[in-house]
Formats: sequence, structure tokens, C-alpha cells
Amino acid sequence: MTQAPRRTALDATHRALGATMTDFAGWDMPLRYGSERDEHVAVRTRAGLFDLSHMGEITVTGPRAADLLDFALVGNIGGVAVGRARYTMICNAEGGILDDLIVYRLAETAYMVVANAANAQVVLDALTERADGFDAEVRDDRDAYALLAVQGPESVGILKSLSPKHSAPLVQGGAPIADLDGLKYYAGLPGTVAGVEALIARTGYTGEDGFELFVRPADAPALWEALTAAGKDAGLVPCGLSCRDTLRLEAGMPLYGHELTTDTTPFDAGLGRVVKFEKTTNGGDFVGRAALEAARDRAEASPPRKLVGLIAEGRRVPRAGYPVVGPDGAVIGEVTSGAPSPTLGKPVAMAYVDAAHAAPGTAGVAVDIRGTHEPYEVVALPFYKRQK
Amino acid sequence: MNNPQQLRYSKEHEWLSAAEEGVSTIGITEHAANALGDVVFVQLPEVGATVTAGETCGELESTKSVSDLYSPVDGEVTEINEDVVTDPSLVNTAPFEGGWLFKVKVSGEPDDLLSADEYTAFTG
Repeated sequence: MTQAPRRTALDATHRALGATMTDFAGWDMPLRYGSERDEHVAVRTRAGLFDLSHMGEITVTGPRAADLLDFALVGNIGGVAVGRARYTMICNAEGGILDDLIVYRLAETAYMVVANAANAQVVLDALTERADGFDAEVRDDRDAYALLAVQGPESVGILKSLSPKHSAPLVQGGAPIADLDGLKYYAGLPGTVAGVEALIARTGYTGEDGFELFVRPADAPALWEALTAAGKDAGLVPCGLSCRDTLRLEAGMPLYGHELTTDTTPFDAGLGRVVKFEKTTNGGDFVGRAALEAARDRAEASPPRKLVGLIAEGRRVPRAGYPVVGPDGAVIGEVTSGAPSPTLGKPVAMAYVDAAHAAPGTAGVAVDIRGTHEPYEVVALPFYKRQK
Repeated sequence: MNNPQQLRYSKEHEWLSAAEEGVSTIGITEHAANALGDVVFVQLPEVGATVTAGETCGELESTKSVSDLYSPVDGEVTEINEDVVTDPSLVNTAPFEGGWLFKVKVSGEPDDLLSADEYTAFTG
């Protein structure tokens, strides 16, 4: 990689705040501003403000946009109501996961697909290729949006203080939002925040209530400042990618490249529920159907390794790729993500473990941490679930 | 970055106090602590262990990574900081004070230890 990393519209803001920056999927992103543990705790108890402008937005429009997405993705996208969002995946013909996605239905014939930064080009290319024969347009909108997220229990109040009672639609055909209380989890509607036109989505990757705000890049610095000011009394702090990772890990949310890969089908990842075999597709069977049916049958006949949670008894931290071992020392799985959990006060990990050792409470499970077998308790995911 | 003048420094980012009756105190620098992020676990050498300059004698776990701990000098470990074992965040909050790591009865030291000014220049 000789290319200079890309910088978001908020780059100067991050530098002024003294952020520790890191290369992430070709982007120069804030890793943390101060202590990542403090940022994590702020999101769990108050609110955190994230720059997620590296995420890849792809707009799909046209009379057969829904048909295209039903063909291209494993979810039932035609069944998503306008103003709602859906977590889904795009698989290859072999059933391997190319990326996990959130798809927002902006209008009857307009969707926004949000891909992980590292996979945005792969998803764009796949959707473009799969659009052949459909009366639909796939548009690369990565440069059209900056993305800010406000996450945490105080996020509703902060957003409300910056939102008018009524706002004009940003996207033709989208319903205007009148009241943030009315915006459900996994919904996204156009509105304005601090006078900035935004697609306001009640989604996130932290396990907390929160919002993701898709705005024009030119508007991002002013919106960041307005959110910072509005959230000051509520304890909102800027948050980097480091705490985003520990937050999603505690919430048991998979991360592409760790729990999800092209070598993994949704069934191997314990996420078979996202595959909607029963959906009616108006453009042929969705890509990967045959392979995914086989993967489902395989999973039912002989359970594959299961994705489980591990909680440390000691303090050494498991890292991705470390072997999980059974009572006799034999390898029974592999850690996919691990970190000290600020909420639990102990190291935790997600790991794929042989089904025989995957039940919560299974005795004798350990993680090989650089040669030492550290005892770990097998638990069901997630580690943390917010009280509603 | 504040690097106390009375200390010497290794290129592996340890600091070393002037010896008192042959015993020096060792820790990691503020620069290193900042680079690690929140330290959550420290494994220190045992009292009585022999350490060798430039060789691994423990490890430091942070949220995102694990790093080897090196000794900047040769010698025998005379004391470890139990407070930092209990509360590893001392490495972040007070790297040159309460976050010290271990003490060594120095038997030899490499000739490339840095002064505070040299270390400040080194970490640029």
C-alpha cells in the first residue's frame, strides 16, 4: 500500500482534539482521544460521539431496486418498509460472506446499502455486476456522506435538543420525521439536526440506544461541534474506534474479518437467521441460495463450530487467532476477537468452538495465551445487554 | 512529552533511575504508555530473577495489544511494584512515579542508554 490514507471531513477536528490516529482500511481514523476505557464507559452510561465516515454508502435506485437487492443479498429486502433498516449480508455463490450490511429503505424505489470500509469496493463491484438485467442503478455514494454516530443512553435527549418538531424531507418520497421518540430501533428517516440535513438512523454498533447521522461531508464539522455543545452537560465525549470495538464485542456483534469471512457462511457464524430462503424473489434465486441451503443442512446434521463467548478468570487478554483448548489440552477452537471488557472488568473473547464444548458452563476450557493455558468460562453471547 | 532529566532511557522505551546503593528503579516511559493505550495487565519478573539488558522479562497488555517488557540493564530483580500488578492503570497515569515496574541490582549496563534530551529527540 503506497497510497496515502484517506482523511474524513472531520480530520482537522480530530487533530485539534489530540486524537491518536490509526490506519483503518485505508482511512486515517481516530483510535482514541484519551483513555479508550473512559470512552467505553461514557457510551455505556452517558453518550459518545463517533466519526464513522469511513463506512461505505452505496445507493440503489430504480423501479427494480428491491428485486436487485433481493437477488444480490440474502435478506428479504423487498419486505423492508420505507423508513426502516435491515441487517443483512452479501454472500458469494459458495455461500461465503462478502460483507455484513445495513440496508436502509429511503423510499419505495431507493435504498442505501452501508458496507464496511474494508469491503465497500467489493460490495460495490458485486452489486454493480449483479445489477445486470435489472432496471436499477447502483451508485457509489462513499464520497457523498460523512457519518456521525451518537451512542449511549443520553443520545435521545441530545438529538432532541437539536431537532425541530417538523423537518422537511431530504430524500424524495421519504416520510418526514416529527419526533425522535417516534423513530424506532432500526429505522432511518430524513430530518435535520442542528440545521443540518441528515438521514437520521436509529442504529449503531455499541449495544446502546443511539443514532447514526448521514450528512454531507461539508456539514460534518459544524454538526460535530453542535453535538459536542449540546451533549456537554449530558457527559458526551468524542470516541474512537478502539472503544467501538470493545463496545461491539461486549454486545456480541460480529466484526467482518474476525467472526465473519469469505470462508464462513452465515450458518457457520450462528447467523443463519439472516438468510431468508422463503423470500419471493422476482429476478431468480438469490446469489448463494444453493450453497447456503447445503450449509444450513450441514449445520443441522452435524453442528459446526459455534460462536461462543469466553470470560477470563485471570487478567491475560485473548487475541484473535489464539487457540482455544479443552481439558486435555487439545485445540477445540479459535479466538476471533478478544479484549478487556470495561463493563465486566475482565477479559472477554468471542471464539468458534467445537459444538461438544460450546454449551455455556462447559468445564475445562482454556485459551492458549502465548503458551500458557488460561482458564476461561464458556458463556452465551452477548456479554452485555442494555436494560430497556 | 515530559521525560525527567535525572533518568536514563532505553530505545525500547524503559526508563532507569540513578542507582542508589547499586539498585535502580525501572519503568516504561510516558511515550510508551501513551502508545500502548490503557494498560490492563502487567507480568513482571520475579524477585531474585536475573535480567539481561535488551531481553524480555515480562509483558504489558493493553486494550489493543500485548507488548514485551525488556530490561534496560543486566542485574538481579530486588523488588517488584505490587501496586501496579493490582492496578495496571498506574502505568498510564503515573509512568515515572507510582507506575514504576521493578528494581534491579545492576551488574552491567549497555553503552547505548540515552539521556532525557537524547530520548526526547529519539521519540521525536
